[in-house]
Amino acid sequence: MTSVDEPKLTKKDFKSDQDVRWCPGCGDYSILNSVQAAFADLGKKLHETVIISGIGCSSRFPYYMDTYGFHTIHGRAPAVATGVKLSNAALDVWVVTGDGDAMSIGGNHFIHAMRRNVGLKILLFNNRIYGLTKGQFSPTSPQGKVTKSSPLGSVDYPFSPIALALGAGGTFVARAVDILGPHLQSMVKQADSHTGTAMIEIYQNCNIFNDGAYAGFTDKGVRDARMLYLEHGKPLLFGADNDKGIAFDESFRPFIVEGDDLGKAYVWDETADTPAPAMALATMDEAKFPVPIGVFRRIDKPNFEYGVNQQIDAAVANNKQSLKDLIYAGETWEVT
Amino acid sequence: MTGTDTNRGLTSSNPESGIPESGTKELDQVVIRFAGDSGDGMQLTGDQFTRTTALMGNDIATFPDFPAEIRAPAGTLPGVSAFQLRFSSFDIHTPGDAPDVLVAMNPAALKAHIGQLKKNGILLLNNASFKALDLKKATYTVDPRTDGSLDGFRVIEIDLTARTREALAESDLDNRGKDRCKNMYALGILYWLFQREVDPTKKALAEKFAKRPAIVEANLKAMAAGHAYAETVEIFQVSYKVAPAKMPPGTYRNIMGNQSLCLGLVAASQKGNVPLFLGSYPITPASDVLHQLSSYKNLGVATFQAEDEIAAVCAAIGASYTGKLGITSTSGPGVALKAEAIGLAIMAELPLVVLNIQRAGPSTGMPTKTQQADLLQAMYGRNGESPMVVISCSTAADAFEVGYEAVRIATKHMVPVMVLSDGYIANGSEPWRLPDIDKLPPVEVNYAPEGVAGVKFKPYERNPETLARPWAKPGTKGLVHRIGGLEKQDITGNISYDADNHQHMINTRAKKVAMVANDLAPMETIGEKSGDVLVLGWGSPRGAITAAVTRLQEQGESISCAFLRYLNPLPNDLEALMRSFKKVVLPELNCGQLAMMLRSKYLIDVQSYSQVNGQPFQSQAVEDYMRTVLQEVK
Ligand SMILES: Cc1ncc(C[n+]2csc(CCOP(=O)(O)OP(=O)(O)O)c2C)c(N)n1
Ligand code: SF4
Ligand SMILES: [Mg+2]
Repeated sequence: MTSVDEPKLTKKDFKSDQDVRWCPGCGDYSILNSVQAAFADLGKKLHETVIISGIGCSSRFPYYMDTYGFHTIHGRAPAVATGVKLSNAALDVWVVTGDGDAMSIGGNHFIHAMRRNVGLKILLFNNRIYGLTKGQFSPTSPQGKVTKSSPLGSVDYPFSPIALALGAGGTFVARAVDILGPHLQSMVKQADSHTGTAMIEIYQNCNIFNDGAYAGFTDKGVRDARMLYLEHGKPLLFGADNDKGIAFDESFRPFIVEGDDLGKAYVWDETADTPAPAMALATMDEAKFPVPIGVFRRIDKPNFEYGVNQQIDAAVANNKQSLKDLIYAGETWEVT
Repeated sequence: MTGTDTNRGLTSSNPESGIPESGTKELDQVVIRFAGDSGDGMQLTGDQFTRTTALMGNDIATFPDFPAEIRAPAGTLPGVSAFQLRFSSFDIHTPGDAPDVLVAMNPAALKAHIGQLKKNGILLLNNASFKALDLKKATYTVDPRTDGSLDGFRVIEIDLTARTREALAESDLDNRGKDRCKNMYALGILYWLFQREVDPTKKALAEKFAKRPAIVEANLKAMAAGHAYAETVEIFQVSYKVAPAKMPPGTYRNIMGNQSLCLGLVAASQKGNVPLFLGSYPITPASDVLHQLSSYKNLGVATFQAEDEIAAVCAAIGASYTGKLGITSTSGPGVALKAEAIGLAIMAELPLVVLNIQRAGPSTGMPTKTQQADLLQAMYGRNGESPMVVISCSTAADAFEVGYEAVRIATKHMVPVMVLSDGYIANGSEPWRLPDIDKLPPVEVNYAPEGVAGVKFKPYERNPETLARPWAKPGTKGLVHRIGGLEKQDITGNISYDADNHQHMINTRAKKVAMVANDLAPMETIGEKSGDVLVLGWGSPRGAITAAVTRLQEQGESISCAFLRYLNPLPNDLEALMRSFKKVVLPELNCGQLAMMLRSKYLIDVQSYSQVNGQPFQSQAVEDYMRTVLQEVK
């Protein structure tokens, strides 16, 4: 229980009194932990923070945070959150969603939130599976995924939430991993300072229905060789001793450079005015290339609620009208 | 109010010999129908006649009948657009059944509408468009002007195109531009015939085409030429005068249903000091609500054109969650998409207003035609036991009160409210006696105050009078809480799967809606409160029912009518009223949906009178039907 006027909150203050009900070992626990830590560091206030989720294991998140929370319906959290942010731009609005929630049933709302650049922070817990409904393949599951609804392997091609967000005009697009806490916290903090829509795809392990989906590159032993940390202004290097790099040809096709060519590694610019390099990284074949995490894109663009509210404020200032004037407007006549 | 809704008009006053040779003849009502190609400007013409007539103090009712296709091939039957208006010197309730005057701009318009023109009615034909190809497009094999089929009408043939071009000889417009003024030429003729003032139209056109003075000038010239033509050429022996109606004193303005609905919402928002947020996705015939509310930014109204209907309602729910009043406007197909989210609002116990401007279904149906077939969708079209308040508007002016009432109920009771209107109300217009702003009922908005340190906020602690839960705005200190679509424990709002609690919450949500009935004024009837036949109505058939029942009452029949604005909850005194009559009949533009609800709820043998053809009821048909019912009852 927190008191009303507490100045600086600790991580503990963000925990609600509800028991956390995810499966033991679920990646969602680490994400919750990192978000609570980051929120405390950021000096957030409970009453100014709103967390809005859809439906899924991930979407249980708001119940575990002692902030305002709204657990809505499957796929629609960005739409509800858009209404919230438009109506009270001072609120700090976070959306928590899953790969099924945001990429499948809610794909439409996701892309339009990106397009409009509403001041929402979207945390997309991507476990490449439908967790809550007990393990069907999702739009991010690799082709051939064997699940209860795809006993012979899924035929669908997956897509990348990062590429989708970039394609929809996302102004802050990043990726983090559940178990890499400090990096995740840093992404949360950077998202927090972005004014428009900020989307972080968080690779999350569902140890019950899709265990080890990311182990091939997140396990300690392979991590350095298989992951690429994007750092603004620094070359795209990876490998145990940063001995490899990513460069692009003139068509923005990536290729790996090493040895004498290491100097050709692309210098990462998350603020680039074209999404092309970010798109190239987002669509790199996971089997042949390292998996990038960090900020893919961060550009400044006026946000939606600002534009909407500016029109309203200007109209209110320029054309005050009483209710009577409104109703008695137009061509009226008197009957005596 | 003097006069009744009878049919004493231009065509019924002894058609053989009643018309004097010359001068002015007094009528107490006239029904005019303008029909033409969608490009002929019939809606604008009808609208101008309406405005002028309203300003002249007549009672007036209108019925725009839009073509099914926006760009049907010119000159064909699907491209015909019509506008019917009825004006009178007494209180009227409908735009009339059959017209006394038909203006037909081409053969297709003639073919589509001549069937309804009254015997001895005036038929104004645009001769310019009766060439072989025009006739063929309208699927005429013989020229109807020559085969005797127009006998019995007072046919006036004018080459509107040639006359208009002559009148605009000096104008810089090209022939296409000139031809587009021919509707104004026709309007000028009718203005002379019915002694209408031309100034309001001059003013209106000047405003409408403010940036294109050449067009204003040409239109006005055409209108003046038509007026002069009618006066000098003596195509009519007389002109007609319809005296102003004796209406209750007050300030009036002519209003369309969608407009007044919006004004009602805004008025309640101002009264309750609760800002409006509209989330919407365009759909006929509801788009005008989005357009209209988008123009009220200066009153703090926020509008959001969402990516689809689901996003629209969800954003509205988000707005309500923050303490604004969320509204979403749509038609039946959109309500279908919103169903799940409305269920969320019911569960979260947040205020929300859902406007369904009904159209003819099922599926895409006939978007420009009217129907009342979404009642059961409003009542039961959601998963689980998810009752919501359902109210309906019955006329263009009534929509103001209903919009206002929707907001009042939503905020006072913390419930979603569905408003049922329809295409007929949305686009029809009538004079509206403007309300006294100070006498509008209060709109209660109770935001939860800041919390107390150390005391846990209870988001589902209820107001004993309404069972409403507190409206706790995010941003308020000490009120942090979580809500959602999962069943929750009463008072604390924590997730709960407890069996007894679920039963309790199901009952509570139902009771909350039922308690809205405690606010309702006693039911009113037109006629006695008991007798042989009670005609119950809801929504847009009100006018046709009122007209039919008052005529039957004048003939001494024991018949009354009453109208339901509240469909859920139903008024507490409805059952007793129904039981005071031998027979209850319910005309509705669906297959008997409300009749079914009343029969199952009260076990009263309500007789359904159903019409589902995309058209409003004609008062004559209602009258004839009721006469047979009266006979059976006796
Ligand atoms: C309208 C609707 N359809 C289907 C469901 C069932 N459902 C709940 S969660 C879910 C998928 C969740 O997957 P994801 O978003 O990846 O979340 P996760 O559980 O993996 O965190 C489905 C299909 C629902 N709740 N509502
Ligand atoms: S099913 Fe998977 S995602 Fe859901 S709680 Fe369990 S481990 Fe986590
Ligand atoms: Mg998932």
